[in-house]
Amino acid sequence: MFTIDELVQPESLNEAAAILTDSPEVVVLGGCGFLKLGSRRIGKAMDLSRCGLGSIEENTEYIQIGAMATLYDIEINHSINSLFNGIVSKGVGNILGTQFRRCATIGASVYSKYGFSDIIPTLMVLDTEVELLQNGRMPLKEFLDKPITRDILTNIFIKKDDRQASYQNMRNASADFPILNAAASKAGNQWTVVVGARPARAQIAEEASRQLSEMTEDTIDAGRIAAIAAQELSFSGNNKATAEYRQAISQVLVKRAIEEVLSCK
Amino acid sequence: MQIDFILNENKCCIEVAPDEMLADALRKIGMLSIRQGCDTSCCGLCSVWLERSPVLSCTIPAFRVHGKKVTTIEGVQTEAEKFARILAAEGAEQCGFCSPGFIMTVLAMKNELQNPSDEAIQHYLAGNLCRCTGYMGQMRAVKTYLEVTAS
Amino acid sequence: MKWVGKSVPKIDGVAIATGKPLYTEDMVVSGTLTVKLLRSPHAFARIKTIDTVAARALPGVECILTYQDVPKVRFTTAGQSFPEPSPYDRLILDEWVRYVGDEVAIVAAVDEKTAIAAMNLIRVEYEVLEPVLDLATAIDHVSIVHPEHDVHCNVPIGLDKNRNIASAYTVEHGDIEGELAQCDVVVEETYRTQAQAQAMMETFRTFTQLDHAGRLVVISSTQIPFHVRRQLARALQIPSTRIRVIKPRIGGGFGAKQTGVAEMYAAIVTLKTGKPAKIVYGRKETFIASNSRHATELTVRMGATRDGIIRVIDIQGLSDTGAYGEHAPTVFFVIGDKTLPLYNKTKAVRFGGHAVYTNKQPGGALRGYGATQGTFVQESTVNKLAEALGMDPIELRLKNLIQEGETSLYYRGKKIGSSSLHRCIARGKELIGWNEKFPRIEKNGKVRAVGMAVTMQGSGIANIDTASAEIRLGDDGNYLLLVGSTDMGTGSDTILLQMAAEVMNTSMDRFAIHAADTDVSPFDPGSYASSTTYVTGMAVKKAAEELRGKIIAAAAQTLAVPATELDFDGDRCYHGPTGSEISVPQIAVNSVVGPNLQQLSGYATFGSPISPPPYMAGFAEVEVDKATGKVILLDYVAVVDCGTVVNPNLARVQTEGGIVQGIGMALFEEVQYDSRGTLQSSSFMTYKIPGRQDIGQIRVEFIESHEPTGPFGAKSIGEVVINTPPPAIAAAVYNAVGVRITDLPITPEKIFMGMQSAQGKPES
Repeated sequence: MFTIDELVQPESLNEAAAILTDSPEVVVLGGCGFLKLGSRRIGKAMDLSRCGLGSIEENTEYIQIGAMATLYDIEINHSINSLFNGIVSKGVGNILGTQFRRCATIGASVYSKYGFSDIIPTLMVLDTEVELLQNGRMPLKEFLDKPITRDILTNIFIKKDDRQASYQNMRNASADFPILNAAASKAGNQWTVVVGARPARAQIAEEASRQLSEMTEDTIDAGRIAAIAAQELSFSGNNKATAEYRQAISQVLVKRAIEEVLSCK
Repeated sequence: MQIDFILNENKCCIEVAPDEMLADALRKIGMLSIRQGCDTSCCGLCSVWLERSPVLSCTIPAFRVHGKKVTTIEGVQTEAEKFARILAAEGAEQCGFCSPGFIMTVLAMKNELQNPSDEAIQHYLAGNLCRCTGYMGQMRAVKTYLEVTAS
Repeated sequence: MKWVGKSVPKIDGVAIATGKPLYTEDMVVSGTLTVKLLRSPHAFARIKTIDTVAARALPGVECILTYQDVPKVRFTTAGQSFPEPSPYDRLILDEWVRYVGDEVAIVAAVDEKTAIAAMNLIRVEYEVLEPVLDLATAIDHVSIVHPEHDVHCNVPIGLDKNRNIASAYTVEHGDIEGELAQCDVVVEETYRTQAQAQAMMETFRTFTQLDHAGRLVVISSTQIPFHVRRQLARALQIPSTRIRVIKPRIGGGFGAKQTGVAEMYAAIVTLKTGKPAKIVYGRKETFIASNSRHATELTVRMGATRDGIIRVIDIQGLSDTGAYGEHAPTVFFVIGDKTLPLYNKTKAVRFGGHAVYTNKQPGGALRGYGATQGTFVQESTVNKLAEALGMDPIELRLKNLIQEGETSLYYRGKKIGSSSLHRCIARGKELIGWNEKFPRIEKNGKVRAVGMAVTMQGSGIANIDTASAEIRLGDDGNYLLLVGSTDMGTGSDTILLQMAAEVMNTSMDRFAIHAADTDVSPFDPGSYASSTTYVTGMAVKKAAEELRGKIIAAAAQTLAVPATELDFDGDRCYHGPTGSEISVPQIAVNSVVGPNLQQLSGYATFGSPISPPPYMAGFAEVEVDKATGKVILLDYVAVVDCGTVVNPNLARVQTEGGIVQGIGMALFEEVQYDSRGTLQSSSFMTYKIPGRQDIGQIRVEFIESHEPTGPFGAKSIGEVVINTPPPAIAAAVYNAVGVRITDLPITPEKIFMGMQSAQGKPES
């Protein structure tokens, strides 16, 4: 169990920004699900519940998800799920149980860049941006690659377009961490293929995506593209699976993701 | 720090440490139905309602319920007993340790889902582990309960 | 029958479901100290120095104990009747620590935070030793897990501790090699089963305090109050009469609590401080530092004639009893005891090997208790033999399985008193759709297949499990049943009342039951070895019959008529010829007011020279994704022979629950250690017991036999229900994709890699 010496609860994002500047070592509390697993001794903790980050809004261009919105809020949100073949809900819905999803926050889930994340791969195949208090707004991919520390994720923006997407995962027990997951999307001619839980964090299979985007629909050889993705990405072993197995089934998951996207049209 | 919240329809004002989880705070004030079966947010035994939503009291810091409504099974005994009788009539009430959390989630489900399919029920209750019953008797009881309370 | 055979709801069902404070942790009084245990980070080490000065100085710390502060008399924590066939190899705290998690210091403080802070201030210097981490290399390992000289055995168990052998056992009938040489077909296979965790929802917890007479009162989540009392007396070196052990409602056990896990720590703190103390194990603690199923490595050889008569079964191997030897010889024994008798056309059978010490968590009791491991290896081999013979695995079994009235080599002339196993198999075959589905059906890259297995267990331990029961007619005309059995959610309190009500021919509302308090209860070993229905049940039945006789005798005296002319309908005794009658309440009042009376109660003790086996046939249908190896369990059919079914609903739920635990062992529950001997699968996050989305349909039916020695014809059901899923599912997977998994659990990766190796498809 973690311990906290001092808790601050800013009433606005400005206040939060000020605290972050004064005490850069402050730990921002998300859903506390992951924090609970360790015994971290936290000096100063910051709770953002009062900063108005708990809602999901939409305009004509974007869906804006506040960092303190829960995974469950996202799971049932009609706007998000009427788009992209419902993959965001599908990705989130695998996670443990509904009670847990009503505690876990999207901000923490994305900011932490967990390898085992089911959400990050789904967001990566959409046109997603994140907004940070100090580093501003940037594409999700850029955020994931950037070694940002000591900032606060405030919002996630998903561009409303008509892309179709698919999310695949391999787990042994249903409420388990994924052994591997994959996502694919097609927006116009642009395909994005992502593989996650390798066990490392989700990554775009750039070469596979590029080659796939150059193919017309009736010439797509999903198996061959999946093999390219399996070759260009790296996999390792852990308690859940060997590198060899992950690499082998990445081909299956990527192939199925592509096929599901194709079947959406 | 002091938190004010509504517990089972009653005003509650208690001192909590910033790192105190709701489950421990609730047990301290006599809500002994709250059990902790794991330390990894996996088992669902500690499920309570925050407003009307089923959550894990072991994973929510107590300070987060300030100004909100919390309900434990102590606060919904009549409805809980109605379902518990159906469960007991199936023989699906075994050691009972998972039951309060399970029942709170079932009652929340009844409120949130209309005519759920078996799959939807299993998905909703996926976060409530049971080691005794093998889940089948619980499912039979849930379906009976939904039928009986729908009419 | 009016009560036996009815699905009476459990008497405690509604109360515990609605969250009433009836469990151990709910019993603590204010001012109770919190006890925490400092645990070894090393798999094998000797404590060189241990410095508790800073920890003691922390405000709120009441007591810190190290190995220097505890009695030096070794004991066992095994929940077994005395003289226990387990080595006395434990101390409350020891100079040696023998597995990662072994107890190093006991800390008691005013609250948990203080206790943890104090624990963090304790400084220990270890001499780290090379640990024994693999059961296969334990014997004659350079490290000796128990180097001390005072390990004691009550009875010979083949202990050879300097070779890391906790127990050695062999049983043999007939000439194995000679008969094997005559067999037309011989198959052999080696298997590994994992150290499955019981994973009951309520972890270990104990609350202790001194009562008004200075006696130690222990309220504990235990299956074995009487054994715990005896263990504590020896461990603490205080007279047993100064100890009282009470089991309240408990949240499951499955055998985990057939070992005295946590009681001694709270108890010694109360003795030292005079204050109430509680210890509550966390989930991780429960996973790493209590007990688990004994992992095994077993090799089976099976030989048969060309027309499918099994002539030889030979099972050899090792079980891993971990750092301490409780339950070591007995679990090992049961592996052979509940496998070899099943196939009775044999001419030679043998079971043997060793239970070995390793520097891992101790093996203990887990539902099935050796029969589960044995069933996996024997049934998997029968299925392999069926393929080698070109026979349907059901046909092979029907030809060879023991039937009611028969004996087997292993039984040496003793006959099976009751069995419906053959009918169970036939019914299960029908329900699963065996003929349409065996071996497999392929469709769209997915393949569905079926597999099956049978099993037996026991009903109590023959010649050892003995229970007493008392049933008392109170002054109010109602009945009080006193037993020592330990309902851990199974509903045994309820079914014992059903039996009592049946004999007394009156509503269960007229009964109360009090159980599992060593000050009050008649002796009972506790609920394990599937003994409560059969052994305690028979004691209850006999006690009730005795009371019934006394009631009639009392009525006869009052009415001045011969007892033989009286009828008893449960409410009154009446005399047909004269029409005179007297009610039970009146008889009760008469028995407590005035001189020269005797309050009426019935008392009986029962133990059996046999352990009549329940039987079960299990059938699994799986779908395997050939591209990934993922298995979906579509359907599991079980047909059970537990003799008379005392409470159909409870029996059904027992079966469903046991099957799901078996499914967990078969498909999901992976036990993983790192190279230093630290258990990695130590939470529900990393050790996956089945969730409700992990199972498909489960269908359970019963075909009753009638066990002449059991109460109302009943046998047992508690353990037999867990054994069939691992071999049935393994067989289904093999039938699906030709991959024979011999080490549990069966994971997608193992299947996938097995398919990659492509040994070829099975004969269809």
